Amino acid sequence: MFGLGDLNLTYLVSITVVSLYVSTVAVLLSAAIGLPVALTVGFRDFRGKSIVTSIISTGMGFPSVVVGLVVLLMLSRSGPLGELELLFTPEAMIISQTILALPVLVSVSLSAVQSVPQDLRDAAFATGGTSVDVALLVVREARYGIVTALLAAYGRAISEVGSVLIVGGNIVFSDSTSFTRTLTTAITVEARKGNIETGIALGAILLALVLTVNALGARFRDRNSAGGNR
Amino acid sequence: MAIQRRRFLHAAGVGAILGLSGCTGESNEPQADGETTASGGSQEESSGGATQELTLATTTSTYDTGLLDALNPVFEEKFDARIKTIPQGTGAAIETARNGDADVILVHARGAEDEFLEEGYGVNRRDVMFNDFVIVGPADDPAGIQGMSSAADAFATIADTQSTFVSRGDDSGTNKKELLVWEAAGVEPSGQWYRAIGKGMGDTLVQADQSGAYTLSDRGTYLATQDNVDLEILVQGPLQGGPTILKNPYGVIPVNPAKYPDVNYPLAMAYAGFLTSPEGQEIISNYTANGSQLFFPNALSEDPQFGQYVPEGYSDGSGNGSASVSDAQFEQWVAENVPEDF
Repeated sequence: MFGLGDLNLTYLVSITVVSLYVSTVAVLLSAAIGLPVALTVGFRDFRGKSIVTSIISTGMGFPSVVVGLVVLLMLSRSGPLGELELLFTPEAMIISQTILALPVLVSVSLSAVQSVPQDLRDAAFATGGTSVDVALLVVREARYGIVTALLAAYGRAISEVGSVLIVGGNIVFSDSTSFTRTLTTAITVEARKGNIETGIALGAILLALVLTVNALGARFRDRNSAGGNR
Repeated sequence: MAIQRRRFLHAAGVGAILGLSGCTGESNEPQADGETTASGGSQEESSGGATQELTLATTTSTYDTGLLDALNPVFEEKFDARIKTIPQGTGAAIETARNGDADVILVHARGAEDEFLEEGYGVNRRDVMFNDFVIVGPADDPAGIQGMSSAADAFATIADTQSTFVSRGDDSGTNKKELLVWEAAGVEPSGQWYRAIGKGMGDTLVQADQSGAYTLSDRGTYLATQDNVDLEILVQGPLQGGPTILKNPYGVIPVNPAKYPDVNYPLAMAYAGFLTSPEGQEIISNYTANGSQLFFPNALSEDPQFGQYVPEGYSDGSGNGSASVSDAQFEQWVAENVPEDF
């Protein structure tokens, strides 16, 4: 049907779905962990704060292959978490992508949170808000930067190939449905076979996905900030 | 080339369609989420039922040539199993199995396989099939190795003339073979002309093609990649009268369940049995790419082939080469396995 060498539509759709699923869950997880961290670090003053923020931004440059190797060691049957039998599953890929996306998310949303004026929070406290109310208010004020953080983390996750190749194992079942093969790892297979055109075509699909996600994110962000200004 | 360009356009079209379908949905993320959750559910269902899973760590040459696409569906049907194939280099595949993360390996580096057996990680090794390696290079052959009958001489000539040579450099079976040939040539390859690139066979062939370099390739991947590169076979392997050092035998080894009780040993043995059965051997024999047979089955033999089960040159020290008839071995079994109050 949609012949592309020996790539059929089932294959293309399922590697795309695995890419989206793994990256989306990883970004949601890192948001659930990272936003509270960004809020806490952003509002507290403590000794060594600048060291903590430096460490977080260093994490943005962490080589994905190293993260993959560490997760492999942890999840291997001969490793400490071997009994969970998570190696070579989508869950293992989610773990490594969460680790990769987290510093990006925390770092970018931290600067967004820190740009919310202190006066605003003081006023919110003064009018009787609980700390949860204040946090929500800050998130709302900083939403532009936080959406940017989510998109940056998503870009890091979905385009990443080093760690998912190692901990996912690049598995496709014999009926052409992907188990742990993503668009990026599929590109490595085509490159290895010397099918450069096919690899670039898969890259075009990946690019179209990232573009779509960014367009949706930008629309959401701009619509909301326009409403906020009114 | 024209066909490839058409494929490319086709692919770009499919990409655009996929992209568009993403745009029309209000949000494509939950949708994708839902689909995967659904398929995840059915996976659990099936693994909870009769379908078993087998993790196969193997070399890129068996995977990229498409051989496993011919073999595995037949096995899956027969044994109601599902195979998770992890294509890696031979070195990486053996390492994966050594960590207990695969049930069975199909690889091609006898030296590394023997080490794996000697360390006790693998049991019941069987020969499966073979083909050979070829030395390929640019058609104008700047080093002048064409038609040489010795692979070692050819490598020595490449080194003497400092002609560019691209090495896999990834601890794969092909890489191990290449190093063996350098050793035979008495050359320790170094210098600007020798480039270890750490990539798979297909990438390596493309890179050798682009930089006018020589490289060592398994015949299967070379034949399957032939359309994409202009390299020519300059020194043949033993399948076409070339030197025996370029032989390329493949073996299957289940992981030892005594080392890792969680491996699916019965299914791994079934897989080894299937590959070495008349049916599996016939599939291997019938598999072709670009009109050429890629792998030659060698598991079936009426005469005993003891060498395949044990490391090369193995002897138990009693001189008779067979552990089962050794008195010392039997005494050890008694000491280890029979309870003292028997």
